[in-house]
Parts: sequence; C-alpha cells; structure tokens
Amino acid sequence: MNLALLAVRGLTKRFGAALALDGLDLEVRPGEFLALLGGSGSGKSTLLRLVAGFEVPDAGRMLLEGRDLAGLPPHARPVGMMFQSYALFPHLTVFDNVAYGLRREGTARAEIGRRVGEALAMVGLEAMAGRKPQQLSGGQRQRVALVRSLVKRPRLLLLDEPLAALDAGLRERTGLELRALQRRTGAGFVMVTHDQAEALALADRIAVLEAGRLAQCGPPAELYERPATRFVARFLGAANVLEGKVRADGAVEAGACRLALPHGAAPGETLAVALRPERIRLLPGAPPVANGVGGVLRDIAYRGDGWMALVALPDGAELRVALPVGAAPPDPGSHLALGWPAEALVALHA
Amino acid sequence: MRRLLILLPPLAWLLLLVAAPLLILGLIAFAEAGPGVPPFIPPVAWAGGPAWQGSLESLGTLIADPYYLEAFLRSLLTAFVTAALCLLLAYPMALGIAGARPSWRLPLLLLVLLPFWTGFLPRLGAWIGLLRDGGWVNGVLCLAGIGPLRLLYSDLALYLGMVHAYLPFAVLPLATALLRRDTSLEEAAADLGAKPLTVFGSVTLPLSLPAAASAFLLVFIPAAGEFVIPELLGPPEAQLVGRVLWGEFFQNRDWPLAAALALALLLLLLPPILLFQRLGRRA
Repeated sequence: MNLALLAVRGLTKRFGAALALDGLDLEVRPGEFLALLGGSGSGKSTLLRLVAGFEVPDAGRMLLEGRDLAGLPPHARPVGMMFQSYALFPHLTVFDNVAYGLRREGTARAEIGRRVGEALAMVGLEAMAGRKPQQLSGGQRQRVALVRSLVKRPRLLLLDEPLAALDAGLRERTGLELRALQRRTGAGFVMVTHDQAEALALADRIAVLEAGRLAQCGPPAELYERPATRFVARFLGAANVLEGKVRADGAVEAGACRLALPHGAAPGETLAVALRPERIRLLPGAPPVANGVGGVLRDIAYRGDGWMALVALPDGAELRVALPVGAAPPDPGSHLALGWPAEALVALHA
Repeated sequence: MRRLLILLPPLAWLLLLVAAPLLILGLIAFAEAGPGVPPFIPPVAWAGGPAWQGSLESLGTLIADPYYLEAFLRSLLTAFVTAALCLLLAYPMALGIAGARPSWRLPLLLLVLLPFWTGFLPRLGAWIGLLRDGGWVNGVLCLAGIGPLRLLYSDLALYLGMVHAYLPFAVLPLATALLRRDTSLEEAAADLGAKPLTVFGSVTLPLSLPAAASAFLLVFIPAAGEFVIPELLGPPEAQLVGRVLWGEFFQNRDWPLAAALALALLLLLLPPILLFQRLGRRA
C-alpha cells in the first residue's frame, strides 16, 4: 500500500477525567474523502483539533506524509481546517479573508489577486469579493470558508461539520459541490459529521468513532451492508440487533426469531445479528419457521418514502420494519407475519 | 400605558437629576455675581412678566482670559495621557485575565476591583507617604546614593495617582470583550499560517478596538474634570479645570463663572465622545 497521507497511531486525549480519544488508530489515504462519523462525545472533533495542532495529545503519534506533527505549532502545519462556525474574519472583506493565508506565505500581490480570483470563481462568488462576511447568506459564507481553507492548496483539509449550519435544501447540493471540489483539488478531505446520510453519500470511506475508539472503517456500502459491531449497525441505518445462542443446526435462537445465517455459526456461542428494517417483508399467511416471525403492530409512522412500523414480538422484543408506500398500511393492533432473506442477516463481532 | 409606566422612573430620573440641574447651571452661567445667598442675581426676574437682567460677563471672561483656556487644554492633555497610559496597561492585563484558567478569572477581576473597596483618600494619602521628600521611595533612593528627588507635587506623582485611580475602568470593558471573543477566529488565523504575534495584530487587536475605545472614554471623561488627584499629588502649576472650578466656586464665590466653566467642559467633552463612538461603531 502506498504511504498514508495521514497516519494516526494510538492517539489519546483526556479532558480532565473524560477520555476523548482512547488509543485511536486511523489512516487517511492521499486524495481520499474520509468521513468521521460518530455521536456527540465520540471524539471526532477532538481528532481534528489534534491534527490541526490546537490541542496536544496525551499519547500517540500523528504522521503527515511520514512526518511527525508533534511539536509543530498550528501555523507551521501544512493542514487546512474549515470550522463549523466558518470563523470568517468579520472585519475583513471576502477577498481579504481568502487572501489571508496567501499573505502569510508572502505570496506576490499579483499572484494573490489571481489565486483569490480563481478560488472565488470556483464557487461563483467573484461578485462578492468586496463584501464583508455579515453581508453574505449562510450558503455564501460556507463557500467563502471552504475556499479560504483551500486556497493555500493544503494536502489535507479538515472539515468540522461543514454542512451542519445550512438549510436542509441547500445541504445536499452543497455536499455534492464539496465532493466535486475535493476531486478537482486532489486534496485529502477529512470531514467530521454526525449525519450518517451525509457520510454515506459523500465519502470514499467512513470511519465510525465510538467513545474515542475506531469502531469500523471502510467504504460506505461495506459499512452499511456488513457492519462489524452493534454500534455501527445501529448508528448507520438504525438496524435491528437480535441476539441469541447458536443451536446444533447452526441457526441462532434469538427469542421468538429463529435466524438461519447464510454461512452458519459455531454451535453453542452467543451471537448478535443485524437485520435492516428495509430487508424485512410483510408476508401473507403464516410466517416461516426460520427467518420469519409473527408479531403485533404496535405503532406506525409515515415517512414520506414509506412507513416505519414497530412490531412487538411474542418474547416482548420489538422489530423496526420499513414498509414501502403503495399498499395500505396495516392498522395498529393487527397481527403480521414477517420474513427476510438469509443474506439480510449480518453476524456482528461486538 | 404599561410602556409609559416602565419608562416613567428613568424619565423622571433624567429630568430631575440631569435636565433640571443642567438648566439651573445654564441659568447661573448667565447670571451676574452679587452678594447674598446664593451669591448671584437671578438672570430672569419677575416684574409683572419675565424680565431679562442677566449678563454675558462670565462667558466673556472665560473666552478673554487665557488662564481658563490654558486650564482646559491642560485638562484635556492630562486626561488624554491618563487614558492612553491606562489603555496600555489595561490591555495586557485584560488579555491575561481572559486567557487565564476559568477558575482564576473571577479572582483576578476582583483583584483589579479591590482598590475600590478601600477609601479613595487614604489611598492617595499612601501615595503621598511613599513619594514625599522623606518618604519610602526617597529613603530607598538615598540608600542607593541617589536623591532625594522631588517626586511629590510633580507630573510623575499626578499620573501615578491618575492611572492608579482609573485603571479598573479601563480593565473591565476590555476584559469583558476579550472574554467574549470568538477564539475560533484566532485558531483559523493560525491554521492559515499566521504566527502568534501576527494573529494578535491582524485578528485579536482589530476586533477589540470598540472595547478599547470605550475603555479609553471611560477613563478620559472623568479624568478631564478630576479635582482631588491634581490637588493632592500634582504640581502647583497644574491648574486643571477641576481645580480652577473649585477655586471659583469656593474661594472666589463666583458661581456664574464656575457654572460657565462647567458648561464649557461639558461642551468640550462632547466632540471626543462622539468621535470615539463613531470609531467604535465602525470597528
């Protein structure tokens, strides 16, 4: 494998008694778009601040293209950062905001004018060069912040929730623009987000953080279809997690459900299995003995592109079932027969 | 109706304690000094109707006698230097307080305010004891083979006293503004390659200019009319407006002239106030 753009080894950071990062290992490849996904307090923003140099790690190393970042102050790190608040300088014009980094490098005046002009043209803001940040809309400010962090052509750009402050309607389009810009510049992007849809849509790879540790890292489809842990399964797509003992015939007896896995399992062990709500089907008649179950519809909610049904199983557990639109939804209290294909079942490691 | 009720107390306050005294002051300024209590002849008398019997003499004296003009200029200069010195000292103090650990900030701010808890005059007395010819400072200087120097009743003593008294007024607005500042702006500047001093000069300092302007004004305005500190610590030739006003009022018992002086000081202070307000708003 080629040299990692950023390699993080055993990175640990404590804030008082709280452990924000707990021996994190992670690699960012050159030119890739990596999403750091996790809930609040998972340590994803701390990781960005450590790489940018705003915080000092308690243990572990960070290597940028093989060079140790320890001891380098923020201004000496060839890393760009885009802040969640955008952190645009309110007393400077859009032009001066974008030119700020180039001026610190001592770039020639004409060159600054050319590069800032190019950068603003890239996001369609040439006409706004003379305005102050507070005279721009939220979406325009977001783009100024983005090109300001890109104009110095950093090899690695850190983005802290870059889309979080935008309206839902603007978020999707801006996200796609963000990825197009990443492809054009060839810089490695590390984007912190708590929005799984955003991570799935934009990233080449997703790293899911849980309590300061890496839960799983891989391409979006792999993480979605083959989650490694309960946390990843629940965090990405809110999967049902069923747990039970493996019987002599290799099927898992998880309460009222009998799960026949495609590859079987070692008899005797306890296994957790993920089952996505959209893989469960409503069946006519009685449910099959394996990979099916009967239950009572407890609640149902309309979600625009379908229905989300909460089905109570005889053992007291609940299954989330995604029903397509079209068919009339069943009434709460009615008995349902559910079934799913064996390939929909994913054995979890933790 | 309810709005009127809410506005009534501040409105009454302003009318009774700002507008009315100003009006009386203005009337006295146009009166003629004379024997009696109070020692002036009212400018408007009632003789079947209002009749003018005031005079422009006091205002004329104010303009004609360079003594008063000099007092004004000296006062403005003293106030300016005091405010500038306070700002120079207060900025690093405020920056230190804002940058301190959260648990340290309140104790540090209280230390800045601590002098207010003791009497003002005893503190000036302490300065006199330190600075007089046989005082502690000269005692130490004599041991070192220097002096005694004349420290008390000098410009040095005047500015020591002024800065000592007015420094907290400059620290408080600056510390508040620096505490509330968005530090992600400074992080962004550092991330874009600015070294710490450049970050300060290009981000922290320009964004704190409005607070610096109000700190300057909070010192400048009261310092311009200061009477006690120049009287107790300053050189005898430093005839500042405060001292001149006191002299006219209590020693010469020329109330109209004293009132005219007070009004003139008010008018002189208006332009710098408006200027700094505009500077603060633009920054």
